[in-house]
Amino acid sequence: MRPEHGMSNPDGRDSGCDRDGGVGLKSPAFRYVKPASLAETFGVLKSFGDEARLLAGGQSLLAALNMRLASPRVLVDINDLADLAGIRVSENAVTIGALTRHRTVERSPDIRRYLPLLYQAMPYVAHPAVRNRGTFGGSISFADPAAELPACCVALGAVFQLASETGVRSVPAREFFKGMYETALRPDEALVAADIPVIGRNYRSAFAELSLRHGDYAIVGLAGHAKYEDGALSDVRLVYFGVGSAPVFAEAASRILEGKTPSPGTVLAAQRELPRDLAPNDDAMYSAAVRMHWAGELLVKVVEQFSAKDEGNRE
Amino acid sequence: MSNEPNEWLDINLTVNGKAVSRRVSCRKHLTDFLREDLDLTGSHLGCEHGVCGACTVKLDGNIVRGCLLLAVQCNGARVETIEGMSESGELSDLQQAFHELNAFQCGFCTPAMLITASELCYGGHAVTRDDIRKHLSGNYCRCTGYQAIVDAVHATCIARGQGAVK
Repeated sequence: MRPEHGMSNPDGRDSGCDRDGGVGLKSPAFRYVKPASLAETFGVLKSFGDEARLLAGGQSLLAALNMRLASPRVLVDINDLADLAGIRVSENAVTIGALTRHRTVERSPDIRRYLPLLYQAMPYVAHPAVRNRGTFGGSISFADPAAELPACCVALGAVFQLASETGVRSVPAREFFKGMYETALRPDEALVAADIPVIGRNYRSAFAELSLRHGDYAIVGLAGHAKYEDGALSDVRLVYFGVGSAPVFAEAASRILEGKTPSPGTVLAAQRELPRDLAPNDDAMYSAAVRMHWAGELLVKVVEQFSAKDEGNRE
Repeated sequence: MSNEPNEWLDINLTVNGKAVSRRVSCRKHLTDFLREDLDLTGSHLGCEHGVCGACTVKLDGNIVRGCLLLAVQCNGARVETIEGMSESGELSDLQQAFHELNAFQCGFCTPAMLITASELCYGGHAVTRDDIRKHLSGNYCRCTGYQAIVDAVHATCIARGQGAVK
């Protein structure tokens, strides 16, 4: 993925090789601004439209810039907008500010108690040095198809608050992720928070992921949420990531688990439904068949977790 | 800072305890700034897209990837590199353990490996070998096979009264 020497930028801007024979992954030139308020941020977005990109933790965006996968003319650094950071618990929901760092979410007792799915998923979100800097809202807005948090948000029925100069609109996670790196966000909008319902009585969360190295993006991952009462599952939500262009709610597999008692037989029945839900592609590393096989293996783990005692579940 | 987007900006920060003021290109990442503008070449660049971990430094006390942070974003911040952390002596027992247990060969990953490990073995809680592997998972080493690195970090944790079984 290294750019070749002398590779020119189509729009004639600084190529980035500013030392003789300089090699490496350097971002294209851009202009940078760090607004002091959300109002100022909207002002910049209004001026530059889709030529501007918001910079939060930058753990995906700056990598994409270095690899020349993105070349915004203006980076709008929102790290001074302290109001956008923090976790608030209300009666029915936990609100996670967009600028909340992954490390804060990972270590929050409120997240552990009220959103155990996120608590289970956080150690899989990249590596410690990335989690210190990366943000919740950044991960959601970047919408990498192999990222953990978008799938968790879909499973948990999160609602995202998208703000613009004209106001705030609420978009459910299921409608937010449109495709690979594509979301419902308009160029004049910023994701400011996620409202996530607290785990209900007798609900269980489960999480499993396969990656080459702990903390890397998933080859296949599964976020699960379900009610487990009197030995039977209901309201089952199995959401895969890494197997489509966005998080995939495995409707058929989830439906077949409704009312069932977790057992090897019910898991097998759900696995048989997966080809209706998932259509992974072949890529340079893994064939579609292999990904589908692993998706089935993760299903075993997640259903086991649904019926296991304690582990990450609220009593 | 200015309200208008700029390609160059003046920044003031603290690097290894010393105040630094420079004019920087906004697209320059922290590690290039440290290496090229401040001659602090102990921070290394392997992949420059956040995968290898060789550029790890501390920003306001927390480990971060220097290649995924713009120098301009460090305006007003406190940055610590392997040079500062070596001089202060805060890593000396960990460095000694790396030396004694052969936890490095070519040394390319070592500064970042030490800084990353330091966050764990000076964290004040019990640490298992599995914790160490997970914590260091974001740092590539192409020489050692990691076993000796885990040994050295674990030995340091135990010496500091933080070792846990396995």
